[in-house]
Amino acid sequence: MSFTLQVLAQQEPGELAEGLTAVGRGIVYGAAAIGPGIGIGIVVGNAITAMARQPESAGMVRTTMFLGIAFTEALALFGFVLSFIVAG
Amino acid sequence: MAAMAGFALEFPPVSHVTEWPSIFGGDGPLAVNKVVILMWLSVALVFGLFYLASRRSQLVPSGVQNFAESIVDFVRDGVVLQTMGPDGLKFLPLLVMMFCFIFVTNIWEIIPVAQMPVNARVALPAYMGVLVWVLYNYMGIASQGFFGYFKSVLFPPGVPKALYILVTPIEFVSTIIVRPFSLAVRLFANMLAGHLLLVSFIVITSATFTLSLSLVIWPVSFGLLVALTGFEVLVSVLQAFIFTILTAVYIAGAMHPEH
Repeated sequence: MSFTLQVLAQQEPGELAEGLTAVGRGIVYGAAAIGPGIGIGIVVGNAITAMARQPESAGMVRTTMFLGIAFTEALALFGFVLSFIVAG
Repeated sequence: MAAMAGFALEFPPVSHVTEWPSIFGGDGPLAVNKVVILMWLSVALVFGLFYLASRRSQLVPSGVQNFAESIVDFVRDGVVLQTMGPDGLKFLPLLVMMFCFIFVTNIWEIIPVAQMPVNARVALPAYMGVLVWVLYNYMGIASQGFFGYFKSVLFPPGVPKALYILVTPIEFVSTIIVRPFSLAVRLFANMLAGHLLLVSFIVITSATFTLSLSLVIWPVSFGLLVALTGFEVLVSVLQAFIFTILTAVYIAGAMHPEH
């Protein structure tokens, strides 16, 4: 414990806050990517199933798949933008 | 490891790779910088393509006209007819322009010398998001009437009465507030992420080029840079397509309420 305090005492004043901000940014984006990652997996997996079962409807399924990906992906992108907004 | 101790990668901050100094017009809101000039070039390119294509239009197309007609065909068959049906064809000019303009503003990302997607600044995506928001709300009000439109948006039919307490706020937020925001942020964040990805790999490639271990690391990062450049072409087309098709879906949803 005293060692930790010594290490902390040796740092520049703003260094700890800066480092924690960087960690926070990483967590913001990482956490925001979990849900959309699972969601895109479900969307694409089911689209592939549909295309394999009915190859003649592949064109329609592909368009709808991109729509579904776009909706699902939006949350991850909000997290990406928020990670820049998180201020030190 | 001692040889590596002096080696540190200096990644430029985000503001360094997205903010450009003003070329003329002062430093105020009317400043004209590289991004604005690229946007004007995109307008000129898209206008020039379709002007050249339509100037001497022939029954059997060739050259530029052939190219322009294939774009129009793609948007008509892939976007309008799939989402809006035949009565959405009056929006075809808007959607074709939207597709071409977004694609050209995106593709500057990988053109040498330019190397900056216009949509990596939020101004243009935000403006287009607001434009689409105004358009689909106007079309909804024009085709269903003011109260009819908001009734079909806020109180979707087929829902048990008690659930409207839950459904109405969700529908209001998702249809009226989040839609333009997510349209703009989707385009903006995709292009910014792609731009930063390319910048990161360029920094890694140029830094490892001077390193003593360069022959091991450098080809890998350079190969990845080339592959990512190809990937960004795909992203540019895909984002233009998604923006266009979402616009078509929103307009179709406002004009034809669910039964």
